[in-house]
Amino acid sequence: MSEIAKPVPAVTPQMVPFFDAARQGELKVQRCTECGALRFPAREICAECLSRQHAWVRVSGRGEVLSFNIMHQAYHPAFAAEVPYAVVVVKLEEGPAIVSNLVGVKPDLIRCGMPVEVVFEKVNDQISLPKFRPRAAG
Amino acid sequence: MSLRAKCAIAGLGATRMGRNFDHSNAIGFAIEAVELALADAGLKRSELDGLLVNPGVTWMTNPMASFDLQQAMGLRDLSLTATMNLGGATAGAMVMHAAQAIDAGMANMVACVFADAPLKPPRPESAKKGAGSAAAYGFARGLEGAYGLFGVSAQYAFVARRYMHKFGATNDHLGAIAVAERQWANLNPAAQFHDQPLTLADYHNSRWIAEPFHLLDCCLVSNGGLCVIVTSAERARGLRKPPVHILGMGQGHTGGDPIETLASGAPIAKRVAFKMAGVELSDIDLAEIYDCYTFTVMVTLEDYGFCNKGEGGPFVADGRIAPGGSLPVNTGGGQLSSFYMWGMTPVCEAVIQVRGEGGERQVKKHDVALVSGNGGILSTHSTLVLGADA
Repeated sequence: MSEIAKPVPAVTPQMVPFFDAARQGELKVQRCTECGALRFPAREICAECLSRQHAWVRVSGRGEVLSFNIMHQAYHPAFAAEVPYAVVVVKLEEGPAIVSNLVGVKPDLIRCGMPVEVVFEKVNDQISLPKFRPRAAG
Repeated sequence: MSLRAKCAIAGLGATRMGRNFDHSNAIGFAIEAVELALADAGLKRSELDGLLVNPGVTWMTNPMASFDLQQAMGLRDLSLTATMNLGGATAGAMVMHAAQAIDAGMANMVACVFADAPLKPPRPESAKKGAGSAAAYGFARGLEGAYGLFGVSAQYAFVARRYMHKFGATNDHLGAIAVAERQWANLNPAAQFHDQPLTLADYHNSRWIAEPFHLLDCCLVSNGGLCVIVTSAERARGLRKPPVHILGMGQGHTGGDPIETLASGAPIAKRVAFKMAGVELSDIDLAEIYDCYTFTVMVTLEDYGFCNKGEGGPFVADGRIAPGGSLPVNTGGGQLSSFYMWGMTPVCEAVIQVRGEGGERQVKKHDVALVSGNGGILSTHSTLVLGADA
């Protein structure tokens, strides 16, 4: 097999609920059960109130592009055929910001503030990656 | 009691910078930098009793870098040492730590050192076989790598893009910073880009790295070492070079997500440092601003109050920070055009300017210099105010 695989996220014990949900087509983030603050990626301790207690909660999957870049260098050989490609930071309606890619839009048409919604891309039987596509505002 | 002018920088040592292989590793460059600083101050090695080290990328995983350097250059009976890392804010923080220890009577003569050697000599073709194996990419893991997000430039680009969206800054503005710093570098024989002029068109034509950053928005990669020796102002007056007094010192670390704050910790660090120094912004004759990227300079100038928030683009666009401009910034060419020694690049140039040793690039009025250090992605910040007079 000559094709070089893209890095696959490690399914750490902390992130199991996230990947379980992603396989079902649901986007989940951690919610502090003490103060209610949402966070992503997984952390053991709430940065707001320092509570150790949390639950995973489903979020809408809607948000907007907080920012983005367009990667012109192939830092990893698996991405060499894709440059230039965009990486985005999506600010979810519920608050957390999440790094991802957009699907269905060319990099030069991406704008800060663009409304987006989550879609899932299956990597293997264990992992589906949340990505985002443009949606109508509102 | 205020530490204003209690201590001074008495020695400066800078090795050759950039693509040179004078040493096979960072410790070699570190040793040479300390030797040069000792000679500059007219001191013997045995007179050092403090050693603070900021190891660059090639030895930053060494938790006891300062001890390794002590052993490597045969320093004995130190009363102060530490391996420090606040990223690009470390140089200022080392000077602070040294000054505090000296004022407290815990050390007398402290070397603050940065060195790195990321560039390797060319190897014969045969030795290159096997490079780039899958193992080399083990560094990429987690969700970010899955989306193709690699490297600091890509992360910094998020912040720059958001800033440009919010405030309307353009690549012309970023380019103006690159051009201004290159003009300074063209006057600095020690700069890696000393012999290469740069126009705004050249800037726009340089390849993209991670939009909105062109190659020429990004700092250099350099082999080299830098050392400053801190001692009491009184002791410094008896040494070979005129003292560069440490008038004010401060740190500021905002926390939070820089894509949303779009700001450095400069306001916090400035408040502390300017109060100590007893200076206002109008007292600053020249500014050596940390410049891992052009964008960092724009944000930092705003955060010190040289212009309003969001107006950094227009502020730099008219040659104001270039040679002959009203606010000399990064007068040696900065890390974009002279050399990348993290926070020691701005410290080094400030010492040269305050002493009046800047040669062709010497600014006329050089009584008070501002030095900023910035680590991570607007994550850590240090301020020094340096001056010729106590």
